[in-house]
Amino acid sequence: MMKNFISKLFDQKLRSRTISYLLVIIAFIILQIMSSTGGLSSLLKSLLVPVCCYTVAAIGLNLNVGFSGELNLGQAGFMSVGAFTGICVSGVLASSITNPLLRLIIAIVAGALIAAAMGYIIGIPVLKLQGDYLAIVTLAFGQIIKSLITNMYLGFDENGLHMSFVENKVSLGAGGKMLLQGPMGATGTQRIATFTIGVILILCALTIVYNLIYSKSGRAIMGCRDNRIAAESIGINVANTKMLAFIISASLAGAAGALYGLNYSTLVPNKFDFNTSILILVFVVLGGLGNMTGTIISTTILMLLPELLRSLQDYRMLIYAVVLIVIMLVTNNAFLQTKAAKLRESLIKGKKGAKQS
Amino acid sequence: MSENNIDRSLILEVEDLGIDFGGLTAVNNLSLKVYNNEIVGLIGPNGAGKTTVFNMLTKVYQPSRGTIRLCGQDTARMTTEDVNKAGIARTFQNIRLFQNLSVIDNVKAGMHNEITYSPADSIFRTRKYYAQEKQIEEKAHELLKIMGLDSLAELPAGSLPYGGQRRLEIARAMATDPKLLLLDEPAAGMNPQETEELMDMIRFVRDHFHIAILLIEHDMKLVMGICERITVINFGMMLASGTPEEIQSNPAVIKAYLGE
Ligand SMILES: Nc1ncnc2c1ncn2[C@@H]1O[C@H](COP(=O)(O)OP(=O)(O)OP(=O)(O)O)[C@@H](O)[C@H]1O
Ligand SMILES: [Mg+2]
Repeated sequence: MMKNFISKLFDQKLRSRTISYLLVIIAFIILQIMSSTGGLSSLLKSLLVPVCCYTVAAIGLNLNVGFSGELNLGQAGFMSVGAFTGICVSGVLASSITNPLLRLIIAIVAGALIAAAMGYIIGIPVLKLQGDYLAIVTLAFGQIIKSLITNMYLGFDENGLHMSFVENKVSLGAGGKMLLQGPMGATGTQRIATFTIGVILILCALTIVYNLIYSKSGRAIMGCRDNRIAAESIGINVANTKMLAFIISASLAGAAGALYGLNYSTLVPNKFDFNTSILILVFVVLGGLGNMTGTIISTTILMLLPELLRSLQDYRMLIYAVVLIVIMLVTNNAFLQTKAAKLRESLIKGKKGAKQS
Repeated sequence: MSENNIDRSLILEVEDLGIDFGGLTAVNNLSLKVYNNEIVGLIGPNGAGKTTVFNMLTKVYQPSRGTIRLCGQDTARMTTEDVNKAGIARTFQNIRLFQNLSVIDNVKAGMHNEITYSPADSIFRTRKYYAQEKQIEEKAHELLKIMGLDSLAELPAGSLPYGGQRRLEIARAMATDPKLLLLDEPAAGMNPQETEELMDMIRFVRDHFHIAILLIEHDMKLVMGICERITVINFGMMLASGTPEEIQSNPAVIKAYLGE
């Protein structure tokens, strides 16, 4: 029974899923042990939550770019929406919900929902069109969100929320608190994000994407990508299908953003600019389109690398570039991929053989 | 089943259908009827406008003139997606499979509108999800068996040989439970033996599912062998219509095919 179950986990359909879950869980356990024994530098510790956040955003983007085949250049915009939504929700609820874990979860859900709503609004006109319009519109969206938040002043007191686009226009009653202060963004945020929640969020994102892919929706999403006319000819609504992938992608970015925002006491809106969107896209493309495990690995390596190489100073970006190229070769090279598949095959066979004997 | 019991209702009624591409009139004044349980051939020389007719029937192209009625329902305002929901499924002359999906997933994709579970059901893997997936899994295997592809179910569709891809397109189209199946050169690229098998499959599909089939084909052995009625078009216009025997002895058809 148990043997059966384990061999099933590694059979063709479930293998990639099992491997990505195992990867995340094993990494989590190792990092937890290292951090409790003091084997983790404070620099590395400070990167744990951000790596989780970008991984979740990249998993979402992979659904959009890899499976749905639509280019999205505004993933950082959705993270931004999620981040500032999360910060505001957590700020407002600080006195009423004192349990930080519960507040964090509410903030993450709120971030995901608002980002999904934004995705829906910009998706309506765009996803009906054929071509790369989504890339253009999401690019614009990212810029607009950044400018919007850079100019937004938001505070709250016992009378509720007060918002303005002019500084000093927000007059708060006694006990009031500013949540967003224009270009300075959010300051004095309670840091309630944790690595454990980050890892759980990754596992949730993986589950959502995998469960969706191996279902009616997944077949439709990949069908529309592979052949739009054929998909229409079997009664699939292409716009709705692409919308689903886009919204899920946006909401994962929103959730990731909320966690990110609550990991720092200060967050400036400039953090989520076009470069950040491109960075997430690079994680996805280098990890391999439609490859979740690849996304996790490439995000982790590319996030940690610049920080770990800090001591090398001038050579830092050179090495970064070389690693970029190597990852690209490894993950998107057919020859190496068949080699890797063979290696995996023999490893799994070895494992099974060992179990049976 | 005796002859009289078979449902012979009118499935497709096309009247004065026409389409222009810029200055070029690709199809004009085409009228056509297809009854249930019938296999009808649509033939004509290269460039005659046959595929264009299919594209108008499935709304890949919007006709410039004329009406198309499916079971009495006018399709003028329908999209490709609506037309499929109303009961027309098709295959493509230039194969359009979902290359990266497995063979069986291509067929399951065809059952999209039969499945009623929501994305939330798939994310949370509800009982409804499992029940319906099991149901369509069985149905997909059944269709693959009919088309002789069941042993290849887990392979990527793009890795099938040419003939297999054509048969998979038929299986995917049938998965949508159509009333009318349009086949655009189903035997193209097949060897004589494969074509022979395909003819049996097409007949079986018609008899088993009790649907109407309209097919375009250049292989005259196939057309004359399985079609009960044939419509010939040339330069976008109807040239002749009748039984295979009538068509074979029609001087205008012979002239169109052999040239002057
Ligand atoms: N989208 C289009 N734009 C312009 N002209 C078109 C278009 N589609 C088809 N045509 C023209 O319409 C005519 C009929 O083409 P069609 O593909 O229907 O021929 P066919 O009968 O299917 O030929 P074949 O047997 O070679 O498949 C051709 O002259 C073709 O060039
Ligand atoms: Mg044609």
